[in-house]
Amino acid sequence: MAKITLQGLRHSYSKVPSGPADYALKQIDLDWRDGGAYALLGPSGCGKSTLLNIISGLLVPSEGKILFNDRDVTTVPPDQRNIAQVFQFPVIYDTMTVYDNLAFPLRNRGVPEDKVASRVKEIADMLEVTAVLTKRARGLSPDVKQKISMGRGLVRDDVNVVMFDEPLTMIDPHLKWKLRSKLKELHQRVRATMIYVTHDQTEALTFADQVVVMQDGEVVQIGTPVDLFERPQHTFVGHFIGSPGMNVLSCELREGAAYLGDHQVALEGPVTSGYGRFEIGVRPEFVKIAKQGLPAVIRKVSDIGRHNVVEAMVGNQRVAAVIDGPVPGQGDAVHLAFAPAYTRLYRDGWIATSPAKAA
Amino acid sequence: MKTENQKGWFFVLPVLVLVAFNALIPMMTVVNYSVQETFGDNVFFWEGLGWFEQLLRSERFHASLGRQFLFTGIILLIQIPLGVVIALSMPRSGFWVPVCLVLMALPMLIPWNVVGAMWNIFTLPDIGLVGYFLNHTLGITYDMTQDPLAAWITIIVMDVWHWTSLVVLLAYAGLVSIPDAYYQAARIDGASSWSVFRFIQLPKMKRVLTIAILLRFMDSFNIYTEPFVLTGGGPGNSTTLLSIDLVKIALGQFDLGPAAAMSLIYFAITLLVSWLFYTLMTRNDAQ
Repeated sequence: MAKITLQGLRHSYSKVPSGPADYALKQIDLDWRDGGAYALLGPSGCGKSTLLNIISGLLVPSEGKILFNDRDVTTVPPDQRNIAQVFQFPVIYDTMTVYDNLAFPLRNRGVPEDKVASRVKEIADMLEVTAVLTKRARGLSPDVKQKISMGRGLVRDDVNVVMFDEPLTMIDPHLKWKLRSKLKELHQRVRATMIYVTHDQTEALTFADQVVVMQDGEVVQIGTPVDLFERPQHTFVGHFIGSPGMNVLSCELREGAAYLGDHQVALEGPVTSGYGRFEIGVRPEFVKIAKQGLPAVIRKVSDIGRHNVVEAMVGNQRVAAVIDGPVPGQGDAVHLAFAPAYTRLYRDGWIATSPAKAA
Repeated sequence: MKTENQKGWFFVLPVLVLVAFNALIPMMTVVNYSVQETFGDNVFFWEGLGWFEQLLRSERFHASLGRQFLFTGIILLIQIPLGVVIALSMPRSGFWVPVCLVLMALPMLIPWNVVGAMWNIFTLPDIGLVGYFLNHTLGITYDMTQDPLAAWITIIVMDVWHWTSLVVLLAYAGLVSIPDAYYQAARIDGASSWSVFRFIQLPKMKRVLTIAILLRFMDSFNIYTEPFVLTGGGPGNSTTLLSIDLVKIALGQFDLGPAAAMSLIYFAITLLVSWLFYTLMTRNDAQ
């Protein structure tokens, strides 16, 4: 178990980086609490796997330091860091039995055989693979294989951190949910620090207490799933999390008030000073059809089961709204109202309003 | 709904015709010879299974068959481990990969008879580079034209030089197909390099190695040109492998019947051993 600190981490895959574009990680400073469940969320190629490999020791960063419990481990090889990693597709030793697979990391570290037996049994019970312990690992289904590769990480009682690199990519959808809740349960039982890398928001939000959203080698926002949903610090977070993502509408700022065309849009609070490109961000969940407000024309209505997603055009900008109950027809002219407490202004992508002081 | 008709046969027909012309018909002529005796003038007499019986009791056949198995056994024992070791020590990425691959492929591109001639000249005791060096510089008596042991060493070294690359390339192909995650997981699990070889690399190479062993068995068991050019089967009969003996009987002595019978037995042995080997290797797989 350990607290993990990343200080001024930068990494480039080229030996002589010539500019920011050469950096897979631009600048990362993070503190990860001991025993926390974290998710690293971001689109493919945002640097999250690079970051993971740096923490596990498979990569040495170009600049910066990694500390485990304040001990500098930047150049320590993976087997001495006491970490465990679960990869995108299940890595198992085909020719061994499930038991030998689980015992492998312990035997390599010279753990006595009676201790190995008790640990393997404990982990196998936890993962519900006791029934297949004597079977060869090769013939098992992908989800069981993935459980075994998780087990190989959990079997050591000295692990500082368990890392998951998109571990459910290869798993059938109906088993994903099961494994995900298994993971959550495991975290509560073993209390190890866990870092879960994914590009799937559902996985990140269900697994983690704290989600780190990355884009282009930078951390955009760190927060609880609720924070990320309700108050995205960056339009990217708003857009990336949520389905459909946050509406981002370019607007004009006149005397501290935001205007979409000629209509003033009420914001959550005062706008911080500064110049730049302004956008209004509001989640579809907080857009309603009202008697008065922004005039809009309905473009499309999609019934997605529990509610309808209505797509309307405000001027030439598209606004999505999640509507319960009766919906307008296509082509109807309506008025849209944004819930002011959830309507924010973004300057050059970053949030530029502060919440109104509670009266 | 399954439609039942016989159209499928038309699609198989071209292959059947091809196989008939390149394998079945030539082989049937051999079968034809193997049960007959001729004294020339294209006059044939029925011999039954006489040639087969005679051959299976012949000490000459036993001796050349023994030499053949010895040769194949030795070269498999050298080439397979050596090929794996070379493949393991080749780089997986970077500038040297194509260089190594080309260097490895070179010996295989040389025609068999050229290989034989090359090694013949190379190892001649008086004028060959190796032969002269061993005899006159190091003072080791080495004469592959006189000494059976020297002749054997020479044909084995030649075959290892010529064909180890095949094993290397196949093993290398198996190695590069192993995803990095396996090595990373092994590092995290604290596996030794022997464990990595034993539990990751070897299992992943198993299929290609099966193919490599099979190909090397068949090729070396049927080897003819290189040893024929190099030693001509000598000194004496010491390097007369099965195929060389067969050609001696068929073309040297023009004993068509015994030669045909020998070809069929030869073919049957190759087929049987290959089949046995393949079945054993893949049966293990299915478990």
